[in-house]
Amino acid sequence: MPKILFEGQGYQCEPGESVLDCLTRQGVSVNYSCKAGVCQSCMMVAVEGEPTPASQIGIKETLKAQNHFLICSCVPETDMQVAVPDRAGSSFDTTVLSLDKLSADVVRLRLARPDHYNYLPGQFLNLTNDTGVTRSYSLASVPELDDFLELHIRHVPGGLVSGWVMEKLQTGDIVTISQATGQCSYLPGREEQSLLLVGTGTGLAPLVGIVRDALRQGHSGPIHLYHGSSTAEGLYLVSELLVMDEGNAVFHYHPCVSQGTPPRGMQSGRAANVALEDFAQLSGWRVFLCGREDMVKTLQKKSFLAGASMQDIFADPFIDSAGVGAVNAVTTKMS
Amino acid sequence: MSDTLFARLGGEAAVDAAVDIFYRKVLADDRIKQFFDDVDMDKQAAKQKAFLTMAFGGPNNYTGEDMRRGHAHLVERGLNDSHFDAVVENLGGTLKELGVADDLIGEVAAIAETTRNDVLGK
Repeated sequence: MPKILFEGQGYQCEPGESVLDCLTRQGVSVNYSCKAGVCQSCMMVAVEGEPTPASQIGIKETLKAQNHFLICSCVPETDMQVAVPDRAGSSFDTTVLSLDKLSADVVRLRLARPDHYNYLPGQFLNLTNDTGVTRSYSLASVPELDDFLELHIRHVPGGLVSGWVMEKLQTGDIVTISQATGQCSYLPGREEQSLLLVGTGTGLAPLVGIVRDALRQGHSGPIHLYHGSSTAEGLYLVSELLVMDEGNAVFHYHPCVSQGTPPRGMQSGRAANVALEDFAQLSGWRVFLCGREDMVKTLQKKSFLAGASMQDIFADPFIDSAGVGAVNAVTTKMS
Repeated sequence: MSDTLFARLGGEAAVDAAVDIFYRKVLADDRIKQFFDDVDMDKQAAKQKAFLTMAFGGPNNYTGEDMRRGHAHLVERGLNDSHFDAVVENLGGTLKELGVADDLIGEVAAIAETTRNDVLGK
């Protein structure tokens, strides 16, 4: 009978037993509710071994691609190592390749991509500073196109990790990063679908990765990217994105400025509001939202009410880290 | 007619079809939407799915105690019978939109009804 490895302990399955029953029978406390593959509260990730097809029915495609599965519906055929999502990661040491200023307070950090470092564009990783403090940053790079990892880091006054990046970090330094996680990514299929991407601040990083990945995979439906800031100076990668817009029939870039009169070519208002004014009907759309938590949560609900299916809304709220200002610290949203 | 209600409604596929419609109705309903203002959409969608599974006569492990605990903070904010009625109405509207027959809708409403006292902490 297969054996389940969970948090360093092995558990023997009985014939026909699900992973959930195997763990709970042996006294392991795990989340679950319906025990029927419906509520998804028992979702875990298979680190080793294949989840059965039945255990992946109904779960978000991005999570399926990362071996997430429902332990209540998985009667394992082989030994498996399973983990609670987000606790599966291991760490990597890697080299700083470059640091460039993208705007007054945003730096582009490029790191060498370690061997066997797999990720989906739009996911985030944890970066650890010289005193062991960790913050999450989203990836703007695409593994098939870039041999580096790219992060956009906003300098937060007093920020323990962003301050270290701005003031101390240099090309050639070795830093520690985690495995990438998160479910805000583009997956192939339904290439004709319209895509709406809305980001504030460094929420642009994952969105740029997602757009480049969608184009790489031959997405043929319109792709609308809204990037917002209070002032035009707060936006970055503007000229690069304008060039991309001009050179590509399906990609449309909408820079938005919420205060004062915007410069020519930019729209006036908050990115979220402008996007919903442009597209009031989102039924059938795929929506990606990254950046300030209040913007993301509000627009997540509004997109849903505008007709987008829950399965098609990918949200990545950047949570403020108490006392040190805004950082891109994110949890994948599952119970 | 020996099939369970859950099977007659179409099982998991029916839940999947209903969850977006139902949740959209609830969030757009002026009578009850204030109770959903500060919830996490993804977690809430999973809960709606679990609720629909139960109301459709499907497998569930909810106890009355879970229902009480899960809604106590809303009862403190004024959750009452009129709000419960609004949810049941949205549930019926969802099933109607999906073309479910009235007698089956009645059975679903009856299951939802069994949770009323626990949800409202009575």
